[in-house]
Amino acid sequence: MSHHLVVRVVSKLLIPYILLFGLYVQFHGDFGPGGGFQAGVIFASAFILYALVHGLNNARKVLPDHWVRIGVALGLIIYAGTGVISLFLGRNFLDYDVLSQNPVSGQHLGIFAVEFGVGLTVASVMVAIFFAFAGRGHKIDEMEG
Amino acid sequence: MEWPGLYNYWIAIFLMMAGLYIVIAQQNLIKKMVGLSVFQASVFILYITMGKVTGGTAPIIIPGDDVLYSNPLPHVLILTAIVVGVATLALGLAIIVRIYEAYGSIEEDDIEKEEENAR
Amino acid sequence: MMSHLPALQVVVPLLSAPICVLLGRGRFAYGFTLAISWVAFVISGLLLQAVVQGGAISYQLGGWAPPWGIELRVDLVNAYVLLIVSAIGALVMTYAKPSVDREIGAEQEYLFYTGYLLCLAGLLGVTITGDAFNIFVFFEVSSLASYMLISLGPNRRALTASFNYLIFGTIGATFFLIGVGLLYQMTGTLNIADLAERVAPLTGTRTVQAAFVFMVVGLALKAALFPLHAWLPNSYAYAPSVVTIFLAATATKVSIYVLIRTIFTIFGVEFSFGTMSLGPLLFILAIAAMLLGSTVAIFQDDIKRMLAWSSVAQIGYMVLGLAFATVNGVAGGILHLFNHALIKAALFMAMGCVFYRMGSVRIEAMAGIGKRMPWTTAAFVAGGLALIGVPLTTGFVSKWYLLLASVESGMWWIALFILISSLLAIIYVWRVVEAAYFMPSPDGAPEGEAPLLMLIPTWVLIIANVYFGMDTRVSVGVAVDAAKALLGGGS
Repeated sequence: MSHHLVVRVVSKLLIPYILLFGLYVQFHGDFGPGGGFQAGVIFASAFILYALVHGLNNARKVLPDHWVRIGVALGLIIYAGTGVISLFLGRNFLDYDVLSQNPVSGQHLGIFAVEFGVGLTVASVMVAIFFAFAGRGHKIDEMEG
Repeated sequence: MEWPGLYNYWIAIFLMMAGLYIVIAQQNLIKKMVGLSVFQASVFILYITMGKVTGGTAPIIIPGDDVLYSNPLPHVLILTAIVVGVATLALGLAIIVRIYEAYGSIEEDDIEKEEENAR
Repeated sequence: MMSHLPALQVVVPLLSAPICVLLGRGRFAYGFTLAISWVAFVISGLLLQAVVQGGAISYQLGGWAPPWGIELRVDLVNAYVLLIVSAIGALVMTYAKPSVDREIGAEQEYLFYTGYLLCLAGLLGVTITGDAFNIFVFFEVSSLASYMLISLGPNRRALTASFNYLIFGTIGATFFLIGVGLLYQMTGTLNIADLAERVAPLTGTRTVQAAFVFMVVGLALKAALFPLHAWLPNSYAYAPSVVTIFLAATATKVSIYVLIRTIFTIFGVEFSFGTMSLGPLLFILAIAAMLLGSTVAIFQDDIKRMLAWSSVAQIGYMVLGLAFATVNGVAGGILHLFNHALIKAALFMAMGCVFYRMGSVRIEAMAGIGKRMPWTTAAFVAGGLALIGVPLTTGFVSKWYLLLASVESGMWWIALFILISSLLAIIYVWRVVEAAYFMPSPDGAPEGEAPLLMLIPTWVLIIANVYFGMDTRVSVGVAVDAAKALLGGGS
């Protein structure tokens, strides 16, 4: 699609705002509607748009496969790791009360970290799924051609 | 119990049956996945429906005492179930891609034929 | 750290899965997975000990008290199931290295171990949680991992088998989800202990009855109870050896455990067997499974497929035990759950050894194998004897309790069916024995035993089969206590 000038220019304009909106949904999630799942998908859609317009190979240069894989794993580790930290501080698994001086800010910090982990994993998984399917497509084209 | 009052449940049941029928009746693997997704979506609607409180607003805290909220718990449960559904769909489609690479078809009877020929 | 054991039981394997991804290719992934499997086993051992001594343990996730928060609840029944799952997991991982090296590409190995850890975490989670919705989530974690693991099988049939399992498994889990939703609609709670209390006065309503039907059908699909077993034979036959061992010994057992929980704890004996008259239905399905599974097994030329059909029959035995709804019957069912895990794991391990050497598990490949692989074949024969239910093996103990229950309930004709199914088992085990010992080896057949690393876990399981067949104090004691607790209306 590299010769479609309009699409390229518009997507370049859009991608930063999609990323920004993803971050907003992510970090505003503890005050209003939002959170890791939605933010992750929005964030990933920016990369998917980039891949659609500029081709899979260019997208893979921006976000190499092994980074995606690390993102998937790291998000889960952040989530479960938050729970384990509260274990080490002597409370139950995922009990955020102890993460800060008072329970309210502890809960705040805990849900923040957990949602960040969720967002990271969801975004990486979405990108990974897209890359995997788009990457396989060429094989099928060759088989039919 | 007049029926228009519960029309959500009729929709959910219709989608449930339609989805299940597609899964059973279709030979094409992709269509089977579509049916499965419709089936799962019907359960999402069932859950969301039961979370609705008549006259209730979205469960975001608004200052004031007499605000009536809908039940947020089914929404949270369904958020999890949707994620599970997405994962199932992605895995199912990934397996279909590999089936296509191995057999050259995604029609069930073609796959059976191919397997018989290879034997 | 002792008080956090219930959380660690699930969190340790779950957290290890992403770490396994980060470790990437190389030798670390296997060693790490092995260590985690044994840690999970130790935790479940400690949990069982704590429960036997101090009664049920309740753990509040996030410090939110039940019924609002998610509760992890360990009592005698699921401590027992946890031990089975993690013990098989630990032994399977000890066994896995040579077999995985042969059957899975080096590129995919670390992802294979990640999938295994997720599957283990999911199964342990289903067993330990005290929250009905949580059961669904963990079911899907373990199922999605197992679809992936099955699709890695060496034959392309593995792909279609895995796809079928995905369709059936998802429908089963969604049925369970519908049931949970209807219950939530009526009671406003998801906590199992709380549900049990609140469902009791509502049993007359259509919604609760529909919920019961949805949950039982969904779980029967997951547990491969006849006639919903269609996904099982192909999945077990075409999966990589290690995956077959692990799933055959754990996945269906965990589903049976949830079925037990649903029937006895949530809905209670009175409702399940009285109002809904589940008893006759389970009897018919269980006996049909026993006879059909064993009969079809006789005609299979692929031994893994034969054992898979035999699994269908053995699930019949477990459900038969539940159908009696008496202490001896349910104890027999739970015992068979434990014993069958040991027996089938041992048999599939022996088949894994054969596949490692021969590259096939068809009956032709067995010709003369008794001389070339004496230890493997001896293990298969010993496991086969336990499957038939010869005295001094585990199979005998559980069948004895089922016979006891059928005589006790005045349904002696059921004993006849148990006997017939056992006789059918003799035939299909004999077919392998005949090929292994009484047929000459074909020329140029590969010589030599399987690696020691694979033989030792196989024999550990065989010895366990004989040990628990002779010393029944521990296994029977726990099973009978668990059955009493279930029939006495939760604990």
